Amino acid sequence: MNRDGEHLLRELAPQVLGAVVRRYGDFDAAEDAVQEALTAAAFQWPSAGVPDNPRAWLVQVAARKLTDRIRSESARRRREAKIALETPPEENVAPPPDQAPAGEEDDSLVLLFMCCHPALTRASAIALTLRAVGGLTTAEIASAFLVPEATMAQRISRAKQSIKSSGVGFAMPLPDEVGARVDAVLHVLYLVFNEGYAASSGPSLQRVDLAAEAIRLARAAYALLPVDAEVPGLLALMLLTDARRPARSGPSGEIIPLDEQDRSLWDREAIAEGVRLVGEAMARGPAGYYLLQAAIAALHDEAARVEETDWPQIATLYTALMSMSDNPMVALSHAVAVAMTQTPAEGLRLLERLDRDPRFGGHHRLDAVRAHLLERTGDLPAAIANYRAAAGKTASQPERDYLLSKIARLRAG
Amino acid sequence: MKFMLMMHAPRGDGDYQVRDWKPEEFQAHIQFMRDLNRGLREAGELVGAEGLAPPGQARIVRSKGGGAPEVTDGPFPESKEFLVGYWIVDVESAERAHAIAAKASTAPGPGGKPLGIAIEVRQVMSAPPDAT
Repeated sequence: MNRDGEHLLRELAPQVLGAVVRRYGDFDAAEDAVQEALTAAAFQWPSAGVPDNPRAWLVQVAARKLTDRIRSESARRRREAKIALETPPEENVAPPPDQAPAGEEDDSLVLLFMCCHPALTRASAIALTLRAVGGLTTAEIASAFLVPEATMAQRISRAKQSIKSSGVGFAMPLPDEVGARVDAVLHVLYLVFNEGYAASSGPSLQRVDLAAEAIRLARAAYALLPVDAEVPGLLALMLLTDARRPARSGPSGEIIPLDEQDRSLWDREAIAEGVRLVGEAMARGPAGYYLLQAAIAALHDEAARVEETDWPQIATLYTALMSMSDNPMVALSHAVAVAMTQTPAEGLRLLERLDRDPRFGGHHRLDAVRAHLLERTGDLPAAIANYRAAAGKTASQPERDYLLSKIARLRAG
Repeated sequence: MKFMLMMHAPRGDGDYQVRDWKPEEFQAHIQFMRDLNRGLREAGELVGAEGLAPPGQARIVRSKGGGAPEVTDGPFPESKEFLVGYWIVDVESAERAHAIAAKASTAPGPGGKPLGIAIEVRQVMSAPPDAT
């Protein structure tokens, strides 16, 4: 199967799964059946040609696999009767090839909502979304998260179990629930992106590119939920962040901070698309959490040189972010923007307030930012002490290496 | 986030104390560990777990580049405790890792009483934590 064919199958997989789950209700069995249908397509289409309505073909084959399987398992006879009763008679007849059944987009959207249901743990929702909506194999997801395949298989099967037992049905949420569900979807996609973005600095050639996968899923979500300004906001945030990927780490995976990056390596095409999305989304009304972050990322990306960064505007956007989220990391970024707009001393003054915030709980980022600002004021001994404190607290290897190299550089003068 | 849970036991004379336990006590201990591991596996949290051979078999290897490496008995003789086994778990929070460690610590010993084993919990270093 060539790349176009694979691409088509991955596009169709969630739609087909959504359609089969909607008909038969059993998520687990439906997933197996869809997997079999996709395999059949991968074998047959290259020689027999892609059917006129590939989606209908896949739904039909998956439905047949599902009913075959149920028939062959005598222990499941009762369920067969249930399916026969639940299937509307007209659905036993395949649609004509030129007619796409109604609601195929709804099916994908419901599937996404189901996989990102707030009742699931984050880890389960992530795994299930990548599997059911992203069409990745369990082995691919396991290797992306560096856990054994058996562990990931358990996580996915538990997620399905929770869906079954929590009574999360395969149906569109009620209108007053849609907002919360969209938030959950965005959060899951954001976490997938972060996982991929963080991993991209290591020896990760064998791993599935989760950042690219998150962007693909965010694009799909944007197509399904075009009216929500946060969806293009998140897509833009991902594009604008990922655009800097080629410049953010050195040959041995070491971190290169934003102000030292070679900006000629940034992906101009991704930046242009991200900036355009931010503009479009901003025009729709008040900006939310992701869109504001995307707007900040856009300001960084649009500065051809670090000295051209529009810090006053960034500081304003962080102030807006602080008003809608009490995330202490936002307050920390705001302090940096203030330091860049006014003086490092003003930034340090804001950090003193954060020192008393118990939610930081000795987070290394606070020490690292303080170290950076102290370095700018010229107080090198204090900067070194704070870099050292940060290096002792971080759980990220490249970040620790970066902090230790800062200390070494400052001591060498 | 991934954590390594390291189970330490008193050094004693360099062999496991379980050799002095009654068979059923040993059996209960093993069963406890199996149940713990099965639970972690089913929760999709287990990355790996191994028990280690007694410290009498341990060797410390050192090399400064040239010549034969130095191989001595280990672990470090001055330590009062030694590593008997470990788990690597992938969990949602440090609190969850602590809860697993607390559970492991209660593994039964003689008379079925919880041993209160010392479990050292260390976060496994990762790539940078986020995109900001």
